[in-house]
Amino acid sequence: MSDEQEVITAIKAPVFLKYNFTAGKAATRFLAQIKKGVLTGQRCPKCAAVFVPPRGSCAACGVATEEEVVLADKATVQSFTIVSIPIPNNPIQPPYIIANLVPDGANVSFIHLMSECVNEDIHIGQRVQAVWKPQAEWDYAMANIRYFKPIDEPDVPVDRIGKLPVTGLEG
Amino acid sequence: MANLAAVVGIGQTKYTTKRGDVSIAGLVREAAVNALQDADLTWDDIEAVIVGKAPDMFEGIIMPEAYLTDALGCNGKPMLRVHTAGSVGGSTALVAASHVQSGTFKRVLTVAFEKQSESNAMWALSNPQPFSTHLNAGAGGYFAPIIREYMRRSKAPYNVGIKVAVKDRLHGARNPLAHLQKPDITMQEVEDSFMLWDPLRFLESCPSSDGACAMVIVSEELATKSPKPPAWIRGGAMRSEPTMYAGRDEVSPQAGRDCAADVYKQAGITNPRKDLDCAEVYVPFSWYEPMWLENLGFAPEGEGWKLTMSGATSLDEGGDIPWNCSGGVLCSNPIGASGMIRFAEAARQVRGDAGAHQVEGAKLALGHAYGGGAQFYSMWVVGAHKS
Amino acid sequence: MKKIAIVAYQQSDSVSDAGAVNEVELIMPVLQRTFAQVGLNNAQDVDFVCSGSCDYLQGAAFAFVAGVDALGAVPPIKESHVEMDAAWALYESILKIRMGHADSALIYGFSKSSPGELPIVLSQQLDPYYLAPLWIDSVSLAALQARLMLDAGLITERDMAEVVSRSRRNARSNPHAQLSGDISPEDILAGEMYLSPLRKADCCPVSDGASAMIIATVEQAQEWGVPYVIISGIDHCIETHNLGMRDLTDSVSTRTAAKRAGIDAGKVDVAELYAPFSHQEIILTRALGLGKETSVNPSGGVLAGNLMMASGLSRIGEVFNRIVSGAARRGIAHATSGPCLQHNLVTVLERAEKA
Repeated sequence: MSDEQEVITAIKAPVFLKYNFTAGKAATRFLAQIKKGVLTGQRCPKCAAVFVPPRGSCAACGVATEEEVVLADKATVQSFTIVSIPIPNNPIQPPYIIANLVPDGANVSFIHLMSECVNEDIHIGQRVQAVWKPQAEWDYAMANIRYFKPIDEPDVPVDRIGKLPVTGLEG
Repeated sequence: MANLAAVVGIGQTKYTTKRGDVSIAGLVREAAVNALQDADLTWDDIEAVIVGKAPDMFEGIIMPEAYLTDALGCNGKPMLRVHTAGSVGGSTALVAASHVQSGTFKRVLTVAFEKQSESNAMWALSNPQPFSTHLNAGAGGYFAPIIREYMRRSKAPYNVGIKVAVKDRLHGARNPLAHLQKPDITMQEVEDSFMLWDPLRFLESCPSSDGACAMVIVSEELATKSPKPPAWIRGGAMRSEPTMYAGRDEVSPQAGRDCAADVYKQAGITNPRKDLDCAEVYVPFSWYEPMWLENLGFAPEGEGWKLTMSGATSLDEGGDIPWNCSGGVLCSNPIGASGMIRFAEAARQVRGDAGAHQVEGAKLALGHAYGGGAQFYSMWVVGAHKS
Repeated sequence: MKKIAIVAYQQSDSVSDAGAVNEVELIMPVLQRTFAQVGLNNAQDVDFVCSGSCDYLQGAAFAFVAGVDALGAVPPIKESHVEMDAAWALYESILKIRMGHADSALIYGFSKSSPGELPIVLSQQLDPYYLAPLWIDSVSLAALQARLMLDAGLITERDMAEVVSRSRRNARSNPHAQLSGDISPEDILAGEMYLSPLRKADCCPVSDGASAMIIATVEQAQEWGVPYVIISGIDHCIETHNLGMRDLTDSVSTRTAAKRAGIDAGKVDVAELYAPFSHQEIILTRALGLGKETSVNPSGGVLAGNLMMASGLSRIGEVFNRIVSGAARRGIAHATSGPCLQHNLVTVLERAEKA
């Protein structure tokens, strides 16, 4: 044993904690529907705003949402970014588009991937359509939708984004 | 009416990627000791300690204030720990001030810190949550789409963000404590840097830093006795709004506007650009400067970028409303501390104590912090005079 | 100093597992009952909101942000949060009112501890270099403290069992309690050791749930026309984290906080003490010098249900309930945080005198 002791300047202390997560009531309903290939939101009884994915409340009014609303799986690009760094623990290869999308019938956006597109052509107001995984692979997850791809529909004027009915532009 | 309170001591640590030479206790104590020395006070003079930091997953310790009481001389005293996400450094300062402004205490110490090198901040921010899509590639990934919408609305030229990135790093080169020291940075260098989340480039983004910031806040009576000029707290405000609701303006959130209006009213400010001498504003990604210039009423809607491009916010260009003379969050970002650093640097300015990044004759300054999905705001106005 | 009063208190049932509810679904029903108690709608009707919670209990950074969705925070509100029991959120709110920036405040605390293993999660609330890597769970630390008490002859196992028996009996009249019933000290002593010298019954359960409170200046309370209880004093105090450096058989900081909050200014009819372990109720009762004239934990206390991050606020709420109902004139409520009663907060409540 040497007389000179090594000075310890750091220790590694890994933290390993197990959690058994449950989805809330609203999320459970949403996931049950998406397992059947249906995208849904919930409507606020006070201000009528439709939230997706629903969390059980209208955040503006502070009241519970109950009414389920079926949404289209077509959406409008509210905004987006082209990401050049990978997501930890996600196999997706950069560069990829992450977009804030408002599905027809909803009043708020969710984020999802876009693909089958030229990154530089993506723009605010663009119309997109969900591309689903094969039905046999559907699970209780938003990932049943692989990504959204651009479709040939007229752009939505910016002041109408988040205000389209479930029937889209024509409705 | 609130009692008058003032900052009489400020202490910071050198900000850097990893402070491997101190434990967390050592880090906070360093800032606290610096603040006490600045105030010419001892541990026994402090009646209560208010600590703030961002999510505990950044270090991996739950409720670390319990372990830090020895380091902060708090045994036998009250200790409070604030957590309001990214705005926490600012809210902590406001909560600390309320201890004195409420007449409950006369002299308190407040510390905000982050030693995020100990865990993995990017993981903690992007930790996959069950039942949600796992698409979060860092805070920049969240803010980039909002910036894109600002660019569309304002028709700002592509290089506004680049100009801010250069300006704040040149300011930081005047501040020996700043993490990023880039005195030779150029517009071209920033433009050529790696595009992380289009339109945000690597050099337009904040670093990840370890660091701590502390202040001593005292009553009016004790402030008049302090050896160095106090920074009088002329106003303080907080506002929160939900992350997501129909019709939310994510580019210029209502909570930010309301918070600014509240703090300006308290401080008697009607024209922020003219009435304030400088501002320390939470700008973690370059484009947030023009966006906050509008949100905070320094420029009309859609014109914040013009103010930036004119050089008005640059100390080096002799601007009339320098922003982030310390280098700001773009130079140093210990997340839990960043808000308090803004508040403290504003206080340094009005005490005439900002060294090489001092705004000549600064008498009134704004400190600003925000957090979460740009939904939590805390702000204060400090002045060289009581009113 | 301004007189501040409690005007409303509500809590959810303490349940071992709230099941499929997220934070918003857990909090919102409690908040709505609390607003309704005063005739208010949502957070727009109070001047300030402050909450207490702990990210690690939920296993997600920023878990508390979800709570904001339950408030009705549009237009934006003045809102803050402490990563501590909501009793400390009450403290922050009192300062806000005292400084004149609010005349009323909503305080709430919540947790869903069931997804994780709470005692193990809490092992990471320790010194990260010397203690946390040992993964000492919170129950084991309490057990060490109980062992010190027993070996010093300060309590007996029977004393501990009597605390539990009383708690279960008292909890029978508490509609929110998780554990209640008739169980004698003998039955408890006959049970197996869990973590020596603690039996399972000596330890509080893990509970999911939320509690909420509204406070206001006396003027505002009178304007609302609701019964109110005066907060005549509140203070808190922390001790060293290093367990070897304090006397774990006493609670000096509880005594200090109580004195500074003005406990000695009158009789203490009722005391709700945040004692997650039976021996700790004895430590606290003695530290506060409470005698036979004080009813201790008439709600059953935390041994009957432990809403982590809300239990401290709930103690204050339980005393409020008893004073406003006329069962007591004056009482104290205690909250604790950290291993083995490291950090303690005491609130003194008094019946409002007729105007």
